[in-house]
Amino acid sequence: MAKAKVDKPVNNGVNVEALFGAQAALKNAPEAAKFKWRAKVEWIKGTHSRTTVEKFYGLGAEQKHKAKYAFDADHPEIFAAEDNAATPVEIVLAGLASCLTAGVAAVAQARKVQLRSVSATLEAGMDVRGILGMDDDVRNGFDGIKVTYKIDADASPEDIKAIVAQSQKRSAVYDIIANPTNVTVELA
Amino acid sequence: MRTTAVIIGAGQAGLAMSWCLAARSIDHVVLERGEVANTWRTERWPSLTLLTPNWQSRLPGFGYQGKDPDGFRTLPETIAFLERYAQLVSPPLRTNCRVTSVRRTGDGYEVGTEEGHWHCKAVVLATGGFNIAQLPKLSQEVPPSVAQLTTVQYRNPQSLQRGGVLVVGAAATGAQLADEIERSGRPVTLAVGEHVRAIRTYRGKDLQWWMNATGLNDERYDEVENLTRARSLPSFQLAGYPDRRNIDLNALTSLGAKLVGRLAGIRDGKAQFSGSLPNMCELADLKLNRLLKRIDEWAAENGVSGAVDPPHRPEPTRVEASPPLGLDFDRAGIRTIVWATGFRPDYSWLHVPVLDRKGNIRHDGGVVTQAPGLYLLGLTFLRRRKSSLIDGVGDDARDLSAHLAAYLRENRIGRAPGLA
Repeated sequence: MAKAKVDKPVNNGVNVEALFGAQAALKNAPEAAKFKWRAKVEWIKGTHSRTTVEKFYGLGAEQKHKAKYAFDADHPEIFAAEDNAATPVEIVLAGLASCLTAGVAAVAQARKVQLRSVSATLEAGMDVRGILGMDDDVRNGFDGIKVTYKIDADASPEDIKAIVAQSQKRSAVYDIIANPTNVTVELA
Repeated sequence: MRTTAVIIGAGQAGLAMSWCLAARSIDHVVLERGEVANTWRTERWPSLTLLTPNWQSRLPGFGYQGKDPDGFRTLPETIAFLERYAQLVSPPLRTNCRVTSVRRTGDGYEVGTEEGHWHCKAVVLATGGFNIAQLPKLSQEVPPSVAQLTTVQYRNPQSLQRGGVLVVGAAATGAQLADEIERSGRPVTLAVGEHVRAIRTYRGKDLQWWMNATGLNDERYDEVENLTRARSLPSFQLAGYPDRRNIDLNALTSLGAKLVGRLAGIRDGKAQFSGSLPNMCELADLKLNRLLKRIDEWAAENGVSGAVDPPHRPEPTRVEASPPLGLDFDRAGIRTIVWATGFRPDYSWLHVPVLDRKGNIRHDGGVVTQAPGLYLLGLTFLRRRKSSLIDGVGDDARDLSAHLAAYLRENRIGRAPGLA
């Protein structure tokens, strides 16, 4: 693990003390650790829809974002759509990218590593014969996701690798994608 | 029946504690459900070898005296070793005396057995942490055509049906069984989650030699950065075979075993594996390399570098580009699942409210602070990194027997007035 540099306080903009505080508080109150994330979607037209998020549940109470956030999704013109927004699968990539990157910042902060720049490219393969119902042996989803990070930080290459690996280990979206999740869809 | 202290269990921990209490003239009895070294005798597979070299089984008043200090004990040799220790300690031992209950009474404890009750001031639980083989819930979803075994039930590869075997878990046990099952000609698929990679020999010395020399094995529970994690870490992927071979994932895939991610689900007769295998292997490689780096630094600082082989780094774990995420038991010819998914302690007989939410006893380095006079011994990282090793239980027994003696003294029990 990287050693703290005494002369230069590390600041990646992550309040690690608060996170450790939350860890300690939740140890004795595991019920408060149970969150519910919620989203609402409205169909607009064609493959275009708008999902909004605002309220969620956690720490034993209803919580609210500072604002209501909206995510439009559509499909590109080559899918005979209007391309009003990103495709849902790209939004999945955005979720993974943001989650891993937040993790990199938090882990680096906890390990007292100053980050100077962090960027990544993501690429996911997909055989669309799956979603087009042409071949049952082809899955609908990605056949794999490749994430490539470029990180400039005050740490050895090994320590940077360890930060990226730990970020995957503690990432919610990574877990959601890499492991099966029960999904129930019903009519209200 | 009355005594000052009751030790439950006559494995290495209970025997070491008996030695320490006897050295302090503390009247006690050792209660053992079976014979000395009962878990070793009845609940482990016959080909098991100790992970630590022969020299490294130092117990209070006892050590290795044979001609092969760097060898590894087989299971019968381990049992014989503990029998010899029992003869040396000659504890006040009641064998075939199963403890059925432990209860708090006024200022002490009542220990119920099949042969009556003991009343005492202190109790040492030396029953170990590896009593019940843990089975994940999803084992209930396994199709009936597939046989299932825990590592307590497992005997040898030959007793498994011919055909493929899914070994779940890649700590020392899972890796050892994958090795011998694959060698028996039964193709192994190994489901790998978080694991701790190790190599048997580094720079010409056994890894345990380094762990001992560098002081890593002596690292204390109140010094380690994240104790909860240290206590829950899987065991080193090590075996103690005469050829000193590695059983890390590269060694297993070289034999022909197939690696898949953590077993994440079973649905419609199909196993589902996590897509996290590459990261699990990356984490384990980085962790091993950090350990080797620490060893190199210690060797350099202590002038040992010249006396040992030059440093090297093992080849990164080989993971195929797209490991399978699912497996149809029938189509893949999997006839057996071996669950090497760890153990948990059995405290069903302990009627003292000291368990946490996960069913473990809350304790401070083996001292059960909520129940004065109650002690734990022989658990992973109880007081030191080496606590779960035969070599580690002695120092813990010394510390805890000192604490126990002080407890008796402060409470003016167990000794004649004026002697304290």
